[in-house]
Amino acid sequence: MTAVTDTAPTAPPASGLMATLRHARHVIGENPVTGLSFGLFALFLVAAVIGPWIVPYDPFESDTAAALQAPSAAHWFGTDQVGRDIFSRVVAATRLDMAIAIFSVALVFVVGGLAGVAAGYFGGWTDRIVGRLADTIMAFPLFVLAMGIVAALGNTVTNIVIATAIVNFPLYARIARSEANIRREAGFVQAARLTGNSEMRTVLTQIVPNILPIMMVQMSLTMGYAILNAAGLSFIGLGVRPPTPEWGIMVAEGAAFIVSGEWWIALFPGLALMLAVFCFNLMGDGLRDIIDPQRRT
Amino acid sequence: MTAVPLLEVKDLTVEFSTRRGIVQAVKEVNLTVPKGEIVGVVGESGSGKSVTSYAVMRILDRVGRIARGTITYTSLDLVGASEPEMRDLRGREMSMIFQNPRLALNPIRKVGKQLEDVLLQHAQADARDVTQKAIELLEQVRIARPEERYHAYPFELSGGMCQRIVIALALACKPQLLIADEPTTGLDVTTQKAVMDLVVDLVRARGMSAILITHDLGLAAAYCDKVVVMEKGRVVETATSIDIFRAPEAAYTRKLMRATPRPGITLHDLLPEETPAPAPIAPHRIGEPLLVVEDLVKEYKRQAPPARLATMFGKKVEPPPPFRAVDGISFTVNRGESVGLVGESGCGKSTTSTIVMRLIDASGGRITFDGEDIGALPARGFASHPMRKRIQMVFQDPTESLNPRYTVSRAIADPLLRMGGYKGGARLRDKVAELATMVGFPLDLLDRFPHQLSGGQKARVGIARAIALNPDLVILDEPTAALDVSVQAVVLNLLQHLKETLGMSYLFVSHDLHVVRLLCDRVIVMRQGRIVEEGTAEQVLEAPQADYTRELISAIPHPPV
Repeated sequence: MTAVTDTAPTAPPASGLMATLRHARHVIGENPVTGLSFGLFALFLVAAVIGPWIVPYDPFESDTAAALQAPSAAHWFGTDQVGRDIFSRVVAATRLDMAIAIFSVALVFVVGGLAGVAAGYFGGWTDRIVGRLADTIMAFPLFVLAMGIVAALGNTVTNIVIATAIVNFPLYARIARSEANIRREAGFVQAARLTGNSEMRTVLTQIVPNILPIMMVQMSLTMGYAILNAAGLSFIGLGVRPPTPEWGIMVAEGAAFIVSGEWWIALFPGLALMLAVFCFNLMGDGLRDIIDPQRRT
Repeated sequence: MTAVPLLEVKDLTVEFSTRRGIVQAVKEVNLTVPKGEIVGVVGESGSGKSVTSYAVMRILDRVGRIARGTITYTSLDLVGASEPEMRDLRGREMSMIFQNPRLALNPIRKVGKQLEDVLLQHAQADARDVTQKAIELLEQVRIARPEERYHAYPFELSGGMCQRIVIALALACKPQLLIADEPTTGLDVTTQKAVMDLVVDLVRARGMSAILITHDLGLAAAYCDKVVVMEKGRVVETATSIDIFRAPEAAYTRKLMRATPRPGITLHDLLPEETPAPAPIAPHRIGEPLLVVEDLVKEYKRQAPPARLATMFGKKVEPPPPFRAVDGISFTVNRGESVGLVGESGCGKSTTSTIVMRLIDASGGRITFDGEDIGALPARGFASHPMRKRIQMVFQDPTESLNPRYTVSRAIADPLLRMGGYKGGARLRDKVAELATMVGFPLDLLDRFPHQLSGGQKARVGIARAIALNPDLVILDEPTAALDVSVQAVVLNLLQHLKETLGMSYLFVSHDLHVVRLLCDRVIVMRQGRIVEEGTAEQVLEAPQADYTRELISAIPHPPV
């Protein structure tokens, strides 16, 4: 049968997953900042999952005798105007802030991503509708739009999630659109049509898996923005209400005390917020390096 | 012969530090370019031919370095030269032409201005005469109406035209050494001839030296004084271009020459000598018509001219006539027959095959497949039509036509799952293994991803996928254009073997007449959407009737034997 033989095949072994893991280790080793961001992310995740059980004080319990104390061994981050331990509140707030960020980004990832893929692949009217929708959202200052949505829909955590998702929609739709568009005429997509895949199936099995990595990077980058957005809404009094521990509210409450010298009330939740945003942005850079095949040399 | 050569490379070793350790891309290469001579460097992908030239120009990647050896240009040591010294040499003393002329030009600057930039930068002209000199340069690279083309942007020019501009840029400062890295790959064969003739004439007229890097032994032999053959980073043979064709010494050179399609040979002649002849199979009989195409037309709307004031005030403007990519062609493919569809880029051959494939709709005409008018079925819903599995296709670029996230077995299984009635399990696995064996794909590599395979292996996967459902007609869209000649030889033989065993018909789309002759019974030559000649492969190649066919055949580079 085989009168035909190949020239010696080059043999880079190992399955896809193992290779990815090895590559990830290499990238982290090469760039310690990426490693740092992944470490920070793990820390935030731990705080979100088991934080409320390990903190030294009940984040809701007030102790007026110990109000407005500066950071000390007993209260690492000090106490606020009603004597609640700020360290406990900062840690406990991680869960809510992370949840808002993750759910809103997941929502926009699915909705915006699919809308964008449909626009890029089918073109025509689908493209026009998705494109104009994205343009309309982009026409507003995004934070003001988010404020408007929460104010109109009602002051709940769900609505913060929805508002954050809506303001991020154009970003996801546009990336997915352009990535789907350049792959629309690719050989393997044509080949899938020839092998009898319906259009829907072609999109879901050929296009979507191939643009996922790029979308993942975008997800990490938007996550920081989503946290900032949620905290910002709470800061101006929309969304989460006191006394729920939440970084935005805590900064807002502490802001009034900075002039009288109690800087710690606003500083520590603000620092947590900054670290979270910082961590997600750095992680985005790292993820990009991990998935970029050009760097696998 | 003068004693001092213009360029002398001695024991050059270039290393790249990668994560798998240090890789030697070029090993102890010796190369001499005498004054006024053209030296060809020939090799397949990965032979280190480009890296050698990058080392000479000192434009290696960050991770690459010259480990050992010397490079001497006249009396200058290029290995030890500082970066400012090299910058001064590049352009003034030696310059380079790259493969893709469009990428080498700034897309948003007029070509004349780009020439002026180079002239001014190297003080070849001053503000007063720079435009005049740029136009002179355009004249020298034989661009018609240079005053007009001076104002053109790269996208307004054809590929061959762009490559002429790049040549003009490279020659602007009257360098002594020109390095051309695959200057005509991706250009049509007639354009290739025009560009190569131009390069050689200019180099000879100016008494320059040149290095021509190419994968095409025929091209190198036709245009060079001396040929250097490289394999896996080493020079395996250096000889004059006449000697290398008359009496090739290295085994690799002989293999390369055997694998190059040329007149008067059979498919099996392409394979290395020791390959056993295939078991004789009863020659296929050509049966009744399978595919009948009648008056096929594909029109594309042209963009309307920009609105003028007059149009805004109600003056009617005729819309521009549509562009006819395919202009009323008719042909037949019989059962068990291979038909070659040949032409240069833009002749409509790919559009024709895509329409026959039912991926896009025609603007007019009939396509009958096995008695059924499939042209009437819309392309959009054709994926679910039972006819779909009887017409399949092998794509041009084996890499691009495989989903990067599918393993080989998943890719081959796709048509079986969608249309073959397979549901998975052992039956599917066996069928995939059977197909892989048929195309000679190693079974232990079935779980690999495309990026872990060689070009030839990827081509086999594409072929296995196309024949999975026993189609009646397979359209081969330049299936070997992206492959090295030795791999091409193997793949062409495989295709022929499969056709004889399975009794399929082929519609073979290609720009290479020699390749088409080897595989096809009949040849159709297309130009500007029309058929200019049709006949048996021998007729068309040996006694072409149309002027255009003659032009195509004579443009194929001939070795000087």
